[in-house]
Formats: sequence, C-alpha cells, structure tokens
Amino acid sequence: MNNCAIEVHNLTTTYGGAPVLWDIDFELPAGQIIGIIGPNGSGKTTLLKTIMGLLEPSSGYVKIFDQDLEKMRERIAYVPQRESVDWDFPATVEDVVMMGRYRKANLFRRSNRTDLAVVAESIEKVGLTPFKKRQIAQLSGGQQQRVFIARALAQKADVYLMDEPFVGVDAATENAILSLLEEMKAQGKTVLIIHHDLQTVSDYFDYLVLLNTRLIAKGTPQEVLTKENLSNAYGGQLTLLAKVANLIKENEFPIREKDMDL
Amino acid sequence: MNEFWIILTASIVAINAALLGCFLLLRKMSMVGDAISHAVLPGIVVAYYLSGDKTSILLLIGATLTGVLTSYLITFLSKKARIQGDASIGITYTLLFAVGMIMISTWLKGNVDIDMECVLYGDVALINLDKIIIDGNLYIGPRAFYVEIIAFAIIIVSLLWGYKGFKILSFNEDYAQSLGIRTGRWHYFLMTLVSLTTVVAFEVVGAILVVGFLIVPPATAQLLTNRLPFMLIVAALVGIVSAIGGYYLAVWLNVSITAAMIVVSGLIFSLAFIYVRFRERLGNKSVTEHLPI
Amino acid sequence: MQTFIDFISFKDPNVLYVVLGMFFINGSSAMIGTFAFLRKRALIGDAIAHALLPGICLGFMFSGDKNILYLFLGAFATGWISTYLVDYIVNQSKIKQDAAIGIVLSVFFALGIVLLTYIQNAGYSNHGGLNLFLFGQAAAIGKSELWIFAVIFITILLLIILFYKGFTTVAFNADFAKAIGLPVKTIEFLLTSLTVLSIASGIQALGVVLMSALIVTPAAAARFWTNKLPKMLGIAVLFSVFSGFIGAFVSYSESGTPTGPWVVMILSLITLLSFIFSTKRGILARYLQARNNKLKIRHENILKAIYQYHERIGRQVRLDQKLSATDILGIRIFDTSELQKGLRRLIRNDYIRKTEDRYQLTEIGAKESKRIVRLHRLWEQYLLKRTTIDTYHVHSGAEAIEHILSPEIEAELKRELGIEGIPEEDF
Ligand SMILES: Nc1ncnc2c1ncn2[C@@H]1O[C@H](COP(=O)(O)OP(=O)(O)OP(=O)(O)O)[C@@H](O)[C@H]1O
Ligand SMILES: [Mg+2]
Repeated sequence: MNNCAIEVHNLTTTYGGAPVLWDIDFELPAGQIIGIIGPNGSGKTTLLKTIMGLLEPSSGYVKIFDQDLEKMRERIAYVPQRESVDWDFPATVEDVVMMGRYRKANLFRRSNRTDLAVVAESIEKVGLTPFKKRQIAQLSGGQQQRVFIARALAQKADVYLMDEPFVGVDAATENAILSLLEEMKAQGKTVLIIHHDLQTVSDYFDYLVLLNTRLIAKGTPQEVLTKENLSNAYGGQLTLLAKVANLIKENEFPIREKDMDL
Repeated sequence: MNEFWIILTASIVAINAALLGCFLLLRKMSMVGDAISHAVLPGIVVAYYLSGDKTSILLLIGATLTGVLTSYLITFLSKKARIQGDASIGITYTLLFAVGMIMISTWLKGNVDIDMECVLYGDVALINLDKIIIDGNLYIGPRAFYVEIIAFAIIIVSLLWGYKGFKILSFNEDYAQSLGIRTGRWHYFLMTLVSLTTVVAFEVVGAILVVGFLIVPPATAQLLTNRLPFMLIVAALVGIVSAIGGYYLAVWLNVSITAAMIVVSGLIFSLAFIYVRFRERLGNKSVTEHLPI
Repeated sequence: MQTFIDFISFKDPNVLYVVLGMFFINGSSAMIGTFAFLRKRALIGDAIAHALLPGICLGFMFSGDKNILYLFLGAFATGWISTYLVDYIVNQSKIKQDAAIGIVLSVFFALGIVLLTYIQNAGYSNHGGLNLFLFGQAAAIGKSELWIFAVIFITILLLIILFYKGFTTVAFNADFAKAIGLPVKTIEFLLTSLTVLSIASGIQALGVVLMSALIVTPAAAARFWTNKLPKMLGIAVLFSVFSGFIGAFVSYSESGTPTGPWVVMILSLITLLSFIFSTKRGILARYLQARNNKLKIRHENILKAIYQYHERIGRQVRLDQKLSATDILGIRIFDTSELQKGLRRLIRNDYIRKTEDRYQLTEIGAKESKRIVRLHRLWEQYLLKRTTIDTYHVHSGAEAIEHILSPEIEAELKRELGIEGIPEEDF
C-alpha cells in the first residue's frame, strides 16, 4: 500500500504466555478514519498499546510511515481508555492538556507561549474552554473523555490512536467529536479508533479492522461487515482458538519457532 | 535553643517526607514507601558494621541502595513470580526487616548507637548530643540538622527540575511512555529519593515513624486541594504544624516527641476529613436544591 | 546435634512453651492469612498489627498491671477499629486503600508509642515488658498465654470448618455471595474478628512489624503449589508451623538471637524455594517445560522434514526412503549437532531406523510424521476459514502450532472444517 500510515507485521503479543494478539497483519491507509472493532477481550486495547510501544510484542513489528516508532513519536498521539487513570488527581483541565506538550527533551524547561496557545486552542476545539480551570474530578464522563482528546490534539501529531472515545458520551458530544474527526481528516490526519457500536461503524469509518485475537477481516466497511465475518468474530466461532491459546500458555509453549523461516 | 533546633530539624524531616509522599500517594504507592522505610534497616546495619560510624557517607549510600532494591524486589515478585501486589510488599519488607533484626542481635549486641527502639521511633531529643561547633565555641546547630538540610536541598532541586516528569508519571504512566518518556527511570529516581529521605530521617524520627510523615500529610493535602502545587505546599505545611504541635504535646505529656508529631498529623487529618465531609454534605444539598423537580 | 536433641526433648519447659506457642500462633495466622490473601487484603494485617499497640497500652492503663485479658481486650478493640477506619476512609473520601492503610497504621502506631512512653514516664509500676510488643519475644510465652493461643487456634479452626462455604464464597467473590443471599456483612465481620484475634495472639511473640509476615507469606508460598483452597489452607499452615518450629530451634541454638526474625526468614526462604521448585508455577518447572517443548519441536521437525523429502519425490504414501543427514538438511536447515542429537533420540524411541549412515522411518515414525503434517494443514485450513491471513504467513503461523495441538483439538478442528471421517491419507 502506498501512503500507508501504520503497518503491523506479523504481530503477536502475549500476557504471561497466552497470545492475546496473534499473527496480526495489516496496513492502514493514511488520511482516513479507521475503526477497530471486536468483542470484549479481543485484544483491541492490547493492539493500541503494542503499536504505541507500551507492550513488547513477542514477534513481529510495527512501522509508522515506514519508520520505527521511536523516530515517529512526535507524529503519533495516544488517547488511553478513560478508566485507565484516577480522575481524583489534583489537576485542572489545562494542566492535563498541557501534558500533551511534554516531550522527553522539554521536560526540564518551562512551558512557553506556543505551548500555552496550543493548549488553549485544543481546549477550544473540544468545547471545554468554560471548564479549563476546573479540577478534572468535577467533570462529567463525556467531558473527561474530551479532555483526553484535547490532550492528544495538543500533541499536533499526524496519527491519532483513540481507545473507545465514544464510551459514556451522549449523542451531542458524540456528534461534536465526530465533526472534529472529520476536520482532522480534512487536514490529512489519520485517526484510529476502537469502537463498540456496530450500528454506527459504517457511518463513522472509512476503513475497518475486525479483531478477535486474530485478524478476522480488514477493509472497507462493506467488505468487513459481512455476516460470515461477524459471526466468526462475535458468534463464538473461535472457541478453538481460545483453547489453543490456553494450551500454549499452560505448556509454556513458544508461539514461534526460531528456525521457522526458510 | 535546644527546643528550636529540635523543632526545626523535625520540620525539615516532615517537609522532605511530605513532598515525596505526595507523589507516592498519587502513584498509589504509599505502602511501597512504608516498605522502603522498614527495609532500609539491614542496609543501615551492614554499612554501620563495616564503617563503624553512624555518620559515614558509606552508610548513607548503602542504606539508600537497600531501599531502591526493595522497590525493585517488590516489582520483581509481582511481575515475575506473579504474586499479587500488596502481598509482594508484605513479603519483601518483613523479610528485610527480619534480616536487619537478626544482624542487630548478632553483630551489634548491646550497641548504644543503633538499638531497636531507635529504629522504631528514633530520638529527636538526642540530636543535640552531636553538635557542630566551629571556632572552638561557636555552636551552629546539631549535625542532624545539616544532614536534613542537604537532603532537603536535593529533594527541592529534584522536584523543581523534574516536576513535569514526576507529575506525568503519577497521573498517567502509559501516556507518558507513549510520549517517549522513560517512565522506568523516573520511577527509580523517585524511589531513590524516598530511600534517601528515609535513611537520613532514620536517626531523627526512626525508620517506622517516617512512614507517618510520608503518608499522612500528603493524604490530608489531597483532601483539601485540587491542584498539585497546592497539594505539595499544603502537605509541607501540615508536616510543619505537626512537628511544632507534636513537640509541645510531647513536652506537656512527657512522651516520645516524634510519635506525638505523627499523632498530631493524624489529628489534622481527621479534622480535614470531617471538614471535607461536612462541606460535601452542604454542597450536595445546594445541588439538590437547584434540581428542577 | 546435641543441641537439637536437647531442643526436641524439651528439657527446658520454656522451649516447649515456645514451640507450642509458635504452633498455635502460626497455624491460626496462616489459616486466616489465606483468606486475607484471597480477599486481596493482605496488607490490612499490617495495619491491624500496628494498631494493636495503643490497645495494649490502654488495657494496661485500665488494669494497672499486665493482666493478659485486659491487654487482649484492648488490642482486640483497637485492632477492630483500625480495619473499620480503613474501610471508612476509602468509602467516604477520595483516598485509596493503600494510603488509608498507611494512615491508620502509622497514626495508631504513633499513638501506641505515645501511650507507651507515657506509661514509662508516668510512674506506672510493673510496666517492664510492655515494649516487648514492639519487636516481640517468643521466649516470653508462658503457660497462661499458651492456653489463650490454643483456644484461639481451635476457635478459628472450628469456625472455618463450620462456615467453610460462606468464607470461601465471600473470599472469592463477595458480589456473587451477596447475589445468592449469603449474609456477607456477618461473614465479613466474622472474618475480620478472626483476623484481629489471630494477629493479637501473635503480637507478643513476633512484634508489630513481623506479625504481618505470618499473615501474608504462608499464603503466598502455598499459592505456588495449588489452586484449590483446602489444599492451600493445609499447605500454608504446614509451611508456617514448620517455620515456627525451625525458627524456635535456630534461636535456641544461636542463643541471644530472637525467634521471630528467624521464623520470618525461614518462611521467606520457603517462599523463595516454592517460587523456584514448585511443580505448578515454579520457574524451574517452567524452564524444564520450555526445554522439553524445544526438544519436542526439534524432533517433530526432523520427522516432518523426512516426510517432506518423500513428498518432494512423490513417495509420501510409502515413506520408505533411506535418507542421509545431508538429505534432511536439504529440506530444512538444522544446526548440525542438534540434528545429530535429535536423530539419536528418535532412534532410541523407535521412530527411526539407522543403517550405515542412512535414516529410515519406522512404522510409528511414519505415522507420527503424517500426523504432524496433517495437524499443520488442519491449522492452516482453520485459519484461512475463520480469519484473514496473508497466504505467505499462514504457513509460518501454523509452523509452531502443529506441535501443540492435542488429539481432542485435532478432532474439533476436523469437525469445524467439515472433514470428519475423511481418510487421513487423503489430505
Ligand atoms: N495486564 C494483563 N494481564 C493479563 N491479561 C490481560 C491483561 N490485560 C488484558 N489481558 C487480557 O487480554 C485480553 C485482551 O484484552 P484487551 O484489553 O486488549 O481487550 P479489549 O479488546 O480492549 O476489550 P474491551 O472491549 O473489554 O476493552 C483479555 O482476555 C484480557 O483478559
Ligand atoms: Mg479495551
């Protein structure tokens, strides 16, 4: 694929020996809104974390614009699941969004005018300007979600990975986020979103990845949302896969042989 | 004059512990701080045994390393041995504490400098025995005070310098890592500072009571504030007030000074707790009043 | 040796008291600790242990002497209040559990020290020995304490047997217990009370810090050996009691060293050994398992290579060729010495015959090689049917998995692919 934003090659990630992502291969087109779907526990979060280098894959690799992740950190932004942090943390909306400006290199200097301007702009984009001095615990779930999105926007990246940004969000906020996404797409950004609501996927996304431990399908919504694919992913057709994964874990089995590629 | 130095030194101990304790608290690692403060004991004993001197720099480094090792061991037990987190903490520090106790009872039998009671609650009243006198007669304060001041300087500089790093580490470690920040290094940096604080506080407040300063003032501050800088300041203030109040309480009742300081910080915590509950109750009422029914 | 004989002959009645005392204390706390461990409340024990100190001092101030009953009642009261406070702080504020434990632990302990120093300085007579509770002294166990410890031990044992169902359901899943109508509150109350009791019984011998080891460590060590609760309880008690015995002996022979720290050391040592040698989750077992897997994979790959050799020359039905090592290496790259080792093992196991530097499959070897190739293809088919996979990866993905598929899984694969009953030679 030319113009490929993220390439995932033969990726396997395990927790304590059991493969949670298994031989995943795909290339994602740049400048599109891409959905990742799959049932609970199918490894969607694990996939994002592996792409972001938060988890070490046991085989395979990830390339961002054909480069290693370390070289591309500046151009890729991550929006974690909202429940992954403690919102009682003593910080305001502004404080959290400012974290999007932190870099390894600038941790030791004060935030400058550009940082402040970018933060204000990002907060404005998600419509939280009236709340910018609020402590984050005093926000609603949907507002907290938007704080995380604003923080990622403040990174001024080209690729955005978002873990369930629509969870716990009302229809109005969902629409606001969607138009933001469209705007980002118009600027040529690539957005990768974990999503749960199968009703809306074909409206929201240009490209889909359907996961359940293994890659079940990828392509345009039309190609992916076939009855067969969905029943493979959601219909409990993969019990065998789970059994084998469990055998691998219990027997401390290697998922790949060292001497395999001939 | 004696009184002045005791309160001043104890206040600095309290500030050091309270500042670092804020980050431990936010990282949900308060009990790791507890474990470190118990577990530096064998480090202190070994270093003391080797150098024969309670003031040596070797002792400082050795004991600090034990503290860092403790936090490493806890991580190892929960990651590699797959023992649940709080059990790993319990196993690690009881073991190291037991090792320390055995060392004391075999190597340092009858030693007056390090006895078990000093381990528990130190003796801030005795710091004046070790004075620094220059020019033959000019008394400029106890040695412990200067040790604490140096530790304070190290901590302040580290926190100012690494404020953003510690902050993002405490709020959202995964995200920090996604920005390319080496969270592992920041974690061990924090653990080193905590160990250092415990070790230098050892002779003043004892290894165990330093836990009180590490946890109670930050928790009080968390109840009362909404922003990290304020939390740090309030925690330090609570520490200072506890030190002053505790001193006079101890004098009045003729009891252990450091223990009284922690008791006072416990009282301040209770007051803050009640105040916040009270405020919430009022707040909730006003919210319900505004609800369109 | 003589020391050991002296020790177990209990010439000195105090030795007997210590040994029996450690038996009851360690037994009680190991049982209770197992439940605390499963309820993920291992560190609560720590808070309780520290919180006993002010209670003991208050008990002393009330009774005016070291009447064990008063001390015990006081300890029980403050121990109980401490666990209640931890829960209260967590439920009523934004403070999380570990900080709440830390707050309660250090403030109660400081209060204990304040009271202790007050007693020492306020002219109470006969207060000597109260500070033993700080670090513990097993040697101080006397006849009257022994009785109390025994009663507590038996009470805990009986209650666990009596309420076994309730305790376990609450320990594993309190929500579920509530849903099926168990009196969760009462059971939790009972468990907390027993926890305080068992810690209170050990505090004099072990001291406030080390006591929490008796709660946490035996359960953690036992967890390496079993997944079943009754077994886990038994193993935890066994480890703990054993450590108590050995600890008492070491401290007896190294006179001058206290018992408690030795008990904890030995318990920790047992945990370490369990971590290494446990047959279930130990690293040694894991290492051996991984090694076995590697050998298995190597052997099966050799058999498969031989099969593929036949396939290449169109004789996969007969599988009767005699190959040289070079022939095998022509199919698949092996490390030469590993190939030699693998072939030798296969010959020993009758999968391969060797005649003058040539290797030939035996009957079972032929069957085995077919099975491996069949599994490989089944897995490939399965992946192609159920998932999206690039054709050039489907082979390598199946490469490792063929070695692990069990006969049951093979049967299921066939069922899913709809090829049940097709003769095995045909694909
Ligand atoms: N830290 C962990 N340790 C062990 N197993 C884990 C861990 N995190 C996740 N898992 C397991 O890995 C699998 C995939 O988890 P993951 O969080 O990636 O799923 P998901 O697709 O994001 O699910 P959801 O839709 O519920 O968010 C699950 O079966 C989960 O139990
Ligand atoms: Mg998820």
